[in-house]
Amino acid sequence: MIKARVTVTLKNGVLDPQGKAIEGALTGLGFNGLEGVRQGKVFDLEINGDNKTAAGKDIEAMCEKLLANTVIEDYSIEIL
Amino acid sequence: MKTAVLQLPGLNRDRDMLAALTLISGQAPQTVWQTETSIDDDVDLIVIPGGFSYGDYLRSGAIAARMPVIKAVIEKAKKGTRVIGVCNGFQILVETGILPGALMRNASLKFVCRQVKLEVATTQSAFTEGYSKGQVIDCPVAHHDGNYFADPETLADLKDQDRIAFRYAEGTNPNGSIDDIAGILSENRNVLGMMPHPENLIEAAHGGDDGRRLFEGALNLISA
Repeated sequence: MIKARVTVTLKNGVLDPQGKAIEGALTGLGFNGLEGVRQGKVFDLEINGDNKTAAGKDIEAMCEKLLANTVIEDYSIEIL
Repeated sequence: MKTAVLQLPGLNRDRDMLAALTLISGQAPQTVWQTETSIDDDVDLIVIPGGFSYGDYLRSGAIAARMPVIKAVIEKAKKGTRVIGVCNGFQILVETGILPGALMRNASLKFVCRQVKLEVATTQSAFTEGYSKGQVIDCPVAHHDGNYFADPETLADLKDQDRIAFRYAEGTNPNGSIDDIAGILSENRNVLGMMPHPENLIEAAHGGDDGRRLFEGALNLISA
Protein backbone atom coordinates (compact mmCIF):
# COMPACT_ATOMS: atom_id res chain seq x y z
CA MET A 1 0.00 0.00 0.00
CA ILE A 2 1.30 3.39 -0.99
CA LYS A 3 0.11 6.44 0.86
CA ALA A 4 0.29 9.83 -0.74
CA ARG A 5 -0.78 13.34 0.06
CA VAL A 6 -1.87 15.85 -2.57
CA THR A 7 -1.95 19.51 -1.62
CA VAL A 8 -3.90 21.90 -3.83
CA THR A 9 -3.39 25.63 -3.42
CA LEU A 10 -4.58 28.70 -5.28
CA LYS A 11 -2.09 30.12 -7.74
CA ASN A 12 -0.33 33.35 -6.91
CA GLY A 13 -2.37 36.27 -8.14
CA VAL A 14 -5.72 34.50 -7.75
CA LEU A 15 -7.76 36.27 -5.11
CA ASP A 16 -8.78 34.12 -2.16
CA PRO A 17 -11.75 35.72 -0.38
CA GLN A 18 -12.02 32.75 2.01
CA GLY A 19 -8.38 33.12 3.02
CA LYS A 20 -9.00 36.84 3.58
CA ALA A 21 -11.98 36.08 5.83
CA ILE A 22 -9.91 33.57 7.83
CA GLU A 23 -7.13 36.12 8.15
CA GLY A 24 -9.65 38.64 9.46
CA ALA A 25 -10.99 36.16 11.99
CA LEU A 26 -7.50 35.24 13.20
CA THR A 27 -6.63 38.89 13.61
CA GLY A 28 -9.88 39.29 15.54
CA LEU A 29 -8.74 36.52 17.88
CA GLY A 30 -5.71 38.58 18.71
CA PHE A 31 -3.14 36.90 16.44
CA ASN A 32 -1.32 39.94 15.19
CA GLY A 33 1.43 40.10 12.62
CA LEU A 34 -0.24 37.89 10.01
CA GLU A 35 1.14 38.62 6.56
CA GLY A 36 -1.59 36.64 4.79
CA VAL A 37 -3.68 33.44 4.78
CA ARG A 38 -4.35 31.29 1.73
CA GLN A 39 -6.82 28.42 1.95
CA GLY A 40 -6.14 25.14 0.12
CA LYS A 41 -7.17 21.50 0.05
CA VAL A 42 -5.46 18.28 1.12
CA PHE A 43 -6.25 14.82 -0.29
CA ASP A 44 -4.87 11.69 1.36
CA LEU A 45 -4.73 8.82 -1.13
CA GLU A 46 -4.13 5.12 -0.57
CA ILE A 47 -3.06 3.13 -3.60
CA ASN A 48 -2.61 -0.63 -4.00
CA GLY A 49 0.85 -1.99 -4.84
CA ASP A 50 4.34 -0.79 -4.06
CA ASN A 51 5.50 0.84 -7.29
CA LYS A 52 5.99 4.40 -6.17
CA THR A 53 7.04 5.67 -9.60
CA ALA A 54 3.89 4.33 -11.24
CA ALA A 55 1.75 5.63 -8.38
CA GLY A 56 3.33 9.06 -8.70
CA LYS A 57 2.45 9.18 -12.39
CA ASP A 58 -1.10 8.07 -11.67
CA ILE A 59 -1.52 10.72 -9.01
CA GLU A 60 -0.19 13.39 -11.32
CA ALA A 61 -2.84 12.38 -13.87
CA MET A 62 -5.49 12.48 -11.12
CA CYS A 63 -4.43 16.02 -10.26
CA GLU A 64 -4.50 17.16 -13.87
CA LYS A 65 -7.85 15.51 -14.61
CA LEU A 66 -9.83 16.20 -11.46
CA LEU A 67 -8.22 17.06 -8.14
CA ALA A 68 -6.92 20.47 -9.20
CA ASN A 69 -8.38 23.05 -11.55
CA THR A 70 -5.12 24.11 -13.14
CA VAL A 71 -6.67 27.36 -14.35
CA ILE A 72 -6.61 28.66 -10.79
CA GLU A 73 -4.81 26.05 -8.69
CA ASP A 74 -1.36 24.48 -8.28
CA TYR A 75 -0.81 21.06 -6.77
CA SER A 76 2.01 19.20 -5.09
CA ILE A 77 2.34 15.45 -4.54
CA GLU A 78 4.04 13.83 -1.58
CA ILE A 79 4.55 10.07 -1.48
CA LEU A 80 4.51 9.21 2.23
CA MET B 1 -36.02 22.91 -33.20
CA LYS B 2 -35.54 20.00 -30.86
CA THR B 3 -34.18 20.78 -27.41
CA ALA B 4 -32.70 18.67 -24.62
CA VAL B 5 -32.25 19.45 -20.94
CA LEU B 6 -29.64 17.59 -18.91
CA GLN B 7 -30.49 16.12 -15.54
CA LEU B 8 -27.83 15.23 -12.99
CA PRO B 9 -28.11 14.54 -9.26
CA GLY B 10 -28.28 17.85 -7.43
CA LEU B 11 -29.34 19.98 -10.40
CA ASN B 12 -32.58 21.61 -9.28
CA ARG B 13 -33.36 24.28 -11.85
CA ASP B 14 -34.19 21.76 -14.57
CA ARG B 15 -37.94 22.14 -14.13
CA ASP B 16 -37.80 25.90 -14.62
CA MET B 17 -35.73 25.33 -17.75
CA LEU B 18 -38.13 22.66 -19.07
CA ALA B 19 -41.08 25.00 -18.49
CA ALA B 20 -39.33 27.91 -20.21
CA LEU B 21 -38.27 25.90 -23.25
CA THR B 22 -41.71 24.29 -23.56
CA LEU B 23 -43.39 27.68 -23.47
CA ILE B 24 -41.03 29.30 -25.96
CA SER B 25 -40.43 26.43 -28.40
CA GLY B 26 -43.96 25.00 -28.22
CA GLN B 27 -42.72 21.50 -27.51
CA ALA B 28 -41.41 19.74 -24.45
CA PRO B 29 -37.62 19.24 -24.42
CA GLN B 30 -36.12 15.81 -24.22
CA THR B 31 -34.64 15.11 -20.78
CA VAL B 32 -31.24 13.47 -20.72
CA TRP B 33 -30.02 11.65 -17.60
CA GLN B 34 -26.38 11.76 -16.55
CA THR B 35 -25.60 8.14 -17.48
CA GLU B 36 -26.51 8.60 -21.15
CA THR B 37 -23.49 8.33 -23.42
CA SER B 38 -24.97 10.02 -26.46
CA ILE B 39 -27.50 12.67 -27.34
CA ASP B 40 -29.85 12.30 -30.31
CA ASP B 41 -28.49 13.66 -33.57
CA ASP B 42 -31.56 15.79 -34.21
CA VAL B 43 -31.19 17.80 -30.98
CA ASP B 44 -30.35 21.40 -31.95
CA LEU B 45 -30.08 22.97 -28.49
CA ILE B 46 -28.78 21.38 -25.29
CA VAL B 47 -29.27 23.16 -21.98
CA ILE B 48 -27.42 22.39 -18.76
CA PRO B 49 -29.54 23.98 -16.04
CA GLY B 50 -28.54 25.31 -12.65
CA GLY B 51 -28.39 23.72 -9.24
CA PHE B 52 -25.75 22.02 -7.16
CA SER B 53 -24.63 18.94 -9.06
CA TYR B 54 -22.94 16.44 -6.73
CA GLY B 55 -23.41 18.85 -3.86
CA ASP B 56 -20.74 21.15 -5.30
CA TYR B 57 -18.18 18.69 -3.86
CA LEU B 58 -14.53 19.36 -4.72
CA ARG B 59 -15.40 22.42 -6.87
CA SER B 60 -18.75 23.53 -8.29
CA GLY B 61 -19.37 21.50 -11.45
CA ALA B 62 -16.13 19.51 -11.17
CA ILE B 63 -17.62 16.04 -10.72
CA ALA B 64 -20.46 16.59 -13.20
CA ALA B 65 -17.98 17.73 -15.85
CA ARG B 66 -16.42 14.24 -15.79
CA MET B 67 -19.71 12.36 -16.36
CA PRO B 68 -20.26 10.49 -19.65
CA VAL B 69 -23.20 12.65 -20.71
CA ILE B 70 -21.05 15.78 -20.57
CA LYS B 71 -18.56 14.18 -22.97
CA ALA B 72 -21.45 13.68 -25.36
CA VAL B 73 -22.46 17.33 -24.94
CA ILE B 74 -18.93 18.55 -25.66
CA GLU B 75 -18.69 16.36 -28.78
CA LYS B 76 -21.92 17.82 -30.10
CA ALA B 77 -20.90 21.34 -29.17
CA LYS B 78 -17.68 20.97 -31.14
CA LYS B 79 -19.73 19.92 -34.15
CA GLY B 80 -21.87 23.04 -33.88
CA THR B 81 -24.87 22.09 -31.73
CA ARG B 82 -25.92 25.03 -29.57
CA VAL B 83 -25.35 24.62 -25.84
CA ILE B 84 -26.42 26.88 -22.99
CA GLY B 85 -25.08 26.37 -19.47
CA VAL B 86 -26.80 28.42 -16.80
CA CYS B 87 -25.36 28.85 -13.31
CA ASN B 88 -24.14 25.37 -12.30
CA GLY B 89 -24.37 24.57 -16.02
CA PHE B 90 -21.83 27.37 -16.66
CA GLN B 91 -19.62 26.03 -13.87
CA ILE B 92 -19.76 22.57 -15.47
CA LEU B 93 -18.83 23.97 -18.90
CA VAL B 94 -15.77 25.83 -17.58
CA GLU B 95 -14.69 22.68 -15.73
CA THR B 96 -14.72 20.80 -19.06
CA GLY B 97 -12.51 23.45 -20.61
CA ILE B 98 -14.81 24.20 -23.56
CA LEU B 99 -15.27 27.61 -21.98
CA PRO B 100 -12.13 29.20 -20.53
CA GLY B 101 -11.53 30.50 -17.01
CA ALA B 102 -12.96 29.41 -13.69
CA LEU B 103 -15.84 30.31 -11.38
CA MET B 104 -14.77 30.95 -7.82
CA ARG B 105 -16.47 31.72 -4.52
CA ASN B 106 -18.29 35.08 -4.57
CA ALA B 107 -16.00 37.84 -3.33
CA SER B 108 -18.56 38.66 -0.61
CA LEU B 109 -18.47 34.97 0.45
CA LYS B 110 -22.29 35.20 0.51
CA PHE B 111 -24.86 33.39 -1.60
CA VAL B 112 -26.53 36.07 -3.74
CA CYS B 113 -30.16 35.74 -4.81
CA ARG B 114 -31.54 38.85 -6.42
CA GLN B 115 -32.27 40.60 -9.68
CA VAL B 116 -29.35 42.29 -11.41
CA LYS B 117 -28.90 44.30 -14.59
CA LEU B 118 -27.00 42.79 -17.48
CA GLU B 119 -25.43 44.65 -20.34
CA VAL B 120 -25.49 42.82 -23.65
CA ALA B 121 -21.81 42.92 -24.64
CA THR B 122 -22.11 41.40 -28.11
CA THR B 123 -24.91 40.60 -30.53
CA GLN B 124 -22.66 38.29 -32.55
CA SER B 125 -24.22 35.02 -31.40
CA ALA B 126 -27.55 33.24 -31.77
CA PHE B 127 -28.18 33.81 -28.06
CA THR B 128 -27.70 37.57 -28.12
CA GLU B 129 -28.74 38.59 -31.63
CA GLY B 130 -32.24 39.43 -30.38
CA TYR B 131 -30.89 42.23 -28.23
CA SER B 132 -29.01 45.34 -29.20
CA LYS B 133 -25.38 45.89 -28.22
CA GLY B 134 -25.15 47.77 -24.95
CA GLN B 135 -28.81 47.08 -24.11
CA VAL B 136 -29.36 46.67 -20.38
CA ILE B 137 -31.72 43.88 -19.37
CA ASP B 138 -33.04 42.52 -16.10
CA CYS B 139 -32.03 39.03 -15.00
CA PRO B 140 -32.11 37.17 -11.69
CA VAL B 141 -29.02 35.57 -10.15
CA ALA B 142 -28.82 32.90 -7.46
CA HIS B 143 -25.36 31.54 -6.75
CA HIS B 144 -22.47 31.18 -4.34
CA ASP B 145 -19.68 30.56 -6.86
CA GLY B 146 -20.13 33.05 -9.67
CA ASN B 147 -16.92 35.00 -9.36
CA TYR B 148 -15.52 34.57 -12.88
CA PHE B 149 -11.75 34.47 -13.13
CA ALA B 150 -9.50 34.31 -16.17
CA ASP B 151 -5.78 35.02 -16.46
CA PRO B 152 -4.80 38.20 -18.36
CA GLU B 153 -4.09 36.37 -21.66
CA THR B 154 -7.43 34.55 -21.60
CA LEU B 155 -9.25 37.75 -20.75
CA ALA B 156 -7.53 39.54 -23.63
CA ASP B 157 -8.55 36.71 -25.99
CA LEU B 158 -12.17 36.90 -24.83
CA LYS B 159 -12.20 40.63 -25.52
CA ASP B 160 -10.33 40.46 -28.83
CA GLN B 161 -12.60 37.70 -30.11
CA ASP B 162 -15.76 39.48 -28.89
CA ARG B 163 -16.69 36.48 -26.76
CA ILE B 164 -18.05 38.27 -23.69
CA ALA B 165 -21.81 37.84 -24.05
CA PHE B 166 -23.06 39.64 -20.94
CA ARG B 167 -21.56 41.90 -18.30
CA TYR B 168 -23.15 42.96 -15.03
CA ALA B 169 -24.24 46.54 -15.64
CA GLU B 170 -22.25 49.13 -13.78
CA GLY B 171 -22.63 48.87 -10.04
CA THR B 172 -24.58 45.60 -10.03
CA ASN B 173 -21.72 43.04 -10.08
CA PRO B 174 -22.97 40.60 -7.40
CA ASN B 175 -19.89 38.39 -7.07
CA GLY B 176 -16.64 40.21 -7.82
CA SER B 177 -16.35 38.69 -11.29
CA ILE B 178 -13.39 39.96 -13.32
CA ASP B 179 -14.30 42.69 -15.83
CA ASP B 180 -17.94 42.33 -14.60
CA ILE B 181 -18.27 39.19 -16.76
CA ALA B 182 -21.64 37.43 -16.40
CA GLY B 183 -21.57 35.21 -19.50
CA ILE B 184 -19.14 34.12 -22.22
CA LEU B 185 -19.16 32.34 -25.58
CA SER B 186 -17.06 29.46 -26.87
CA GLU B 187 -14.56 29.98 -29.67
CA ASN B 188 -17.10 28.77 -32.25
CA ARG B 189 -19.76 31.00 -30.61
CA ASN B 190 -22.35 28.23 -30.24
CA VAL B 191 -21.77 27.57 -26.53
CA LEU B 192 -22.99 30.14 -24.01
CA GLY B 193 -22.22 29.94 -20.30
CA MET B 194 -23.77 32.45 -17.91
CA MET B 195 -24.36 32.74 -14.18
CA PRO B 196 -27.73 34.60 -14.31
CA HIS B 197 -31.00 32.75 -14.91
CA PRO B 198 -32.75 34.01 -18.08
CA GLU B 199 -35.26 31.14 -17.80
CA ASN B 200 -36.72 32.85 -14.74
CA LEU B 201 -37.68 36.02 -16.57
CA ILE B 202 -39.65 35.02 -19.66
CA GLU B 203 -43.29 35.94 -19.01
CA ALA B 204 -45.39 38.61 -17.31
CA ALA B 205 -45.98 36.39 -14.29
CA HIS B 206 -42.21 36.52 -13.65
CA GLY B 207 -42.32 40.29 -13.53
CA GLY B 208 -40.72 40.69 -16.94
CA ASP B 209 -39.61 38.81 -20.02
CA ASP B 210 -36.10 40.13 -20.71
CA GLY B 211 -34.72 36.57 -20.77
CA ARG B 212 -37.04 35.41 -23.50
CA ARG B 213 -35.11 36.80 -26.47
CA LEU B 214 -32.09 34.73 -25.50
CA PHE B 215 -34.01 31.48 -26.00
CA GLU B 216 -35.84 32.78 -29.06
CA GLY B 217 -32.44 33.50 -30.60
CA ALA B 218 -31.08 30.09 -29.68
CA LEU B 219 -34.18 28.49 -31.22
CA ASN B 220 -34.05 30.54 -34.44
CA LEU B 221 -37.38 32.17 -33.60
CA ILE B 222 -36.25 35.71 -34.30
CA SER B 223 -37.27 36.94 -37.73
CA ALA B 224 -34.77 39.20 -39.40
